Amino acid sequence: MAMRDPNAADGPPRLRLNPILCDGVGYCAEIVPELIRLDDWGYPIVERRPLEDGRLQRLARRAVAQCPRVALALTAAEDTRGS
Amino acid sequence: MIEVLERSGLRGRGGGWFPAGRKWRAVSDHVEERPALVVVNASEGEPLSAKDRTLALHRPHLILDGAQVAAESVGAEGIVIYLSSPSRPLVRALHRSLRERRDAGVREVPVRVVRTAHRYVAGESSAVVRRLNGGPSKPGFAPPYPSERGVGGRPTLVHNAETIANTALVARFGDAWFRARGTAGAPGTALVTLSGSVRHPGVYEIDVGTPLVDAIGLAGGVAGATAGVLVGGYAGTWIAPAAVAHLRLTPDEVALGCGVLGVLGGHGCGLSESARIADYLARQSAGQCGPCVHGLRAIADAMLRIAASDANPGDLERVRRWALQVTGRGGCHHPDGAIHNVVSALEAFPDHLALHLRGMPCHGWADGALPPPPRSTPGWR
Repeated sequence: MAMRDPNAADGPPRLRLNPILCDGVGYCAEIVPELIRLDDWGYPIVERRPLEDGRLQRLARRAVAQCPRVALALTAAEDTRGS
Repeated sequence: MIEVLERSGLRGRGGGWFPAGRKWRAVSDHVEERPALVVVNASEGEPLSAKDRTLALHRPHLILDGAQVAAESVGAEGIVIYLSSPSRPLVRALHRSLRERRDAGVREVPVRVVRTAHRYVAGESSAVVRRLNGGPSKPGFAPPYPSERGVGGRPTLVHNAETIANTALVARFGDAWFRARGTAGAPGTALVTLSGSVRHPGVYEIDVGTPLVDAIGLAGGVAGATAGVLVGGYAGTWIAPAAVAHLRLTPDEVALGCGVLGVLGGHGCGLSESARIADYLARQSAGQCGPCVHGLRAIADAMLRIAASDANPGDLERVRRWALQVTGRGGCHHPDGAIHNVVSALEAFPDHLALHLRGMPCHGWADGALPPPPRSTPGWR
């Protein structure tokens, strides 16, 4: 995945899920329940708001690192390009 | 030419109505790195649509003209015409036109015709790119977008066939000419496919912004009374009979999609049609994303029970909850379109829905009013 540097000048990072890679393992929701909850089939529903809070950023980074499918990433908040 | 196209206000006719000029600009911004590729998408995965097929069959040179203009303008060294497989007459028509151009001694950007298995999502632009890269015609995750890195890593301009045909007209007659038809927000004309209870089903050309009733009038009008209209195709919106008279066909008023207008006859049941469509779309999932695989299936099953007047307690509430839960969570917009259809049916036919929930049998469930969804076959590519 081509992810931009989350610490670039675009502002606070946010979580981004690649649903094609995600298998619903569910670690992420245990690590940051504040940002990720699971749907009725165990797949994560990820909050897309920019993460201002340092503690949430740390937890989000841990969720990214722990995902065995490498489906989660922290990206710059601004990514609104069209097709 | 890119500036002319931007001024024309042409928007993509494949369903997304994305500004064409912005796509050209994005591709040409990346050609310094590698030459671009133009893909004309005539795969037409929408079962109720026949416009791209019709256009390619009857005006193949217009599409090829547009593809050449696009290729020259964005700096492409190749053109691919992308078709889905049950289209032999189309392939023949295109090859004949290509031969005619060669015989006329025109030197042009080389054109290749590629066919893919018919799949609802096979025409999604990232699915097109994956297929042309040798993979399955399943949507991919963006970024990178096709305009940045598409087929073979080249900046790739994927346009619907009707959009490309329009670029040929803009190149020939100019942006002011193009803007003379349609609305300020969506200039030009649009091809619409009318099906269901109209006297003369088929493909018609309308100005964008034409009232829905006038479009139905082009097809000879409704045969009898109408129970509702599906605007925009399987990923579209159900319009209640009372609202039909007020609707104008612009993408800024309704999800016009690829211009499908499915007219339900008086005894038709929009809920049943919507359930059948949701079932088809669930089967047509690329099977890649959990929310789509499980969510669409669950929504379709509950809708099928509601349509059969055999709902479980809580089915309607579950459909509503799942609709909110699943929307926006696929890698592509396939689940969103299916859910949009279902939710709009529930909104458009509340009285009829109440009868279904009370277990009253409905003729519309047994006898479909729109052409039925095709059978889903296994396998990709």
